[in-house]
Amino acid sequence: MSLFTVEDLTCRHGLLTAVQGIGMSLERGEVLCIIGANGAGKTTLLRSLAGVHPAALGRISLSGRDITGHRAHERVRGGIAMSPEGRRLFYDLTVRENLVIAAENGRKGDWTPARVLEVFPQLGPLVDQEAGKLSGGQRQAVAIGRALVTNPDVILLDEVSLGLSPAAVEGVYAALAEIRSRRDMAMIVVEQDLNRALGFADTILCMAEGRAALQGPPGTFSRARITAAYFGMQDEETADA
Amino acid sequence: MTTRYRLGGLSRLDTTLMAAGAVLLALLLVLPLVASPLVVDKLTLLMIYVLLAVSWNLLAGFAGLVSVGQQTFVGLSGYFVLRLVEAGIAPLPALAAGSAAVLVVAWPLSWIVLRLRAAEFAVAMWVIAETIRSLVMFDPLVQGETGRSLMTLNAMDADLRRTIVLLAAVLAVSVALVTSYRLLRGRLGGESQAIRDDEEAAGSIGIDTLRVKRTIFLVSALGCTVAGSLWLASAITYQPRTAFGINWSVFMLFMVLVGGLGSFTGPVIGALLLFAIQEVFGDYGSWYLAGLGVVAILFALYAPGGVVGLITGRSLREPLSMRKTLVAPRG
Repeated sequence: MSLFTVEDLTCRHGLLTAVQGIGMSLERGEVLCIIGANGAGKTTLLRSLAGVHPAALGRISLSGRDITGHRAHERVRGGIAMSPEGRRLFYDLTVRENLVIAAENGRKGDWTPARVLEVFPQLGPLVDQEAGKLSGGQRQAVAIGRALVTNPDVILLDEVSLGLSPAAVEGVYAALAEIRSRRDMAMIVVEQDLNRALGFADTILCMAEGRAALQGPPGTFSRARITAAYFGMQDEETADA
Repeated sequence: MTTRYRLGGLSRLDTTLMAAGAVLLALLLVLPLVASPLVVDKLTLLMIYVLLAVSWNLLAGFAGLVSVGQQTFVGLSGYFVLRLVEAGIAPLPALAAGSAAVLVVAWPLSWIVLRLRAAEFAVAMWVIAETIRSLVMFDPLVQGETGRSLMTLNAMDADLRRTIVLLAAVLAVSVALVTSYRLLRGRLGGESQAIRDDEEAAGSIGIDTLRVKRTIFLVSALGCTVAGSLWLASAITYQPRTAFGINWSVFMLFMVLVGGLGSFTGPVIGALLLFAIQEVFGDYGSWYLAGLGVVAILFALYAPGGVVGLITGRSLREPLSMRKTLVAPRG
């Protein structure tokens, strides 16, 4: 039995089907990167996994338990946490308050605000700073930390590098690599930067028009095929086949 | 490892303010012994304003739920009191029971309106207030626009009634201040402020947003219903158009906006300001109301933090601040 299983998931925005027939299976310590062009359905998929957007069809299971109908806060208590697109911090609250409120509402475990400050030491001097006054990289660190302190089994990270400087992206991914090395949770990352995703993922899920255009370990696909899937085109290999 | 969090400590200014507030409220309790009936009535009105401002600030300042329909609860409590008195209950117990009975309406209402967002919620609350006012006016007991007097309370000795109403108002304000302070300094305070900043993000870190909003909605509704009962006990006459009037919401908005939205002391300061402005300019009729609007707009544009914001700036050193809601242990 896998830690986290998604079967034939479909999500809609009104009449528009934004995600169709997506499936995945993850174990603790595993990283799945979701890639795809703008509008491919990546964020809708992640929001649906987090319980923020309802699933129209399909099934989501955590440790064998069907959680498809659970609301967002119930999924957090079950072991799924999300760092949303655009960070979406509580900007009038301090860094400390952002972390502590999340810790109070999540599960008990090894991830505490203090431990987050060890993984993101740049936040140390900023704990009493309002989140709205932080830089992009610092906000991303708080957003990831806020998800971590709920002690999830599955952490969902949306658009990790979007809008960050190259140095900030390096810092965030260094921290993610450290978190991953502990192998205490599965990680699903939505990432626009193709090179970054291919270098970090155990499995990639390339989405186009809401469907899985390509799915599997990144080493098993040629670069041309991934690029073609990314832009929703048919590549030569599959065309020939 | 489980991390235990504690409430932030109180500064010397905080404890001084608390002590001063307690002394002031205690003085108000003995004031009816020496003050004239007019002063007692005025102070009762001030207490009602404080109660309304604190209640509205809970809703808008901490949970981000801007309502222009809180007069629903002000008006309903008076109506329930009339109905209970008509059923043979003595007026003073009816005033208490009438306030509590409104929760029977507020509870199911919360299941509907709290699923609405921002402007939808504000408008829905106004529509609900007007709808309930219309329904109440159909009741022959109320006699439509004419209204009805609380005759049994009018039969009581006037000075004794005034004293009881002021004491009840002071008690209600004390309970409201202590309750809101304890609620907001605790876990609920942090959760509600998170919802105010970003409701979806709050849900995705495990906050049961509906539960938090419902708790605050009901506590705020209770504050407004108690204010409504006190108003009826003070004015004796119940007129639906006044009891469900939009003026209540205008006053609440003014007090909180001018005093300091989302601060603990702001609504109290706002209530004092409204009371003072009414005393000085109240005789100017609609010009006075227009003046209130202009002052509120000026504060919204140039001092969104209200009087409290002007005093404290952005230093986070606001007296009796809710910013110290949750503090993690060192290390």
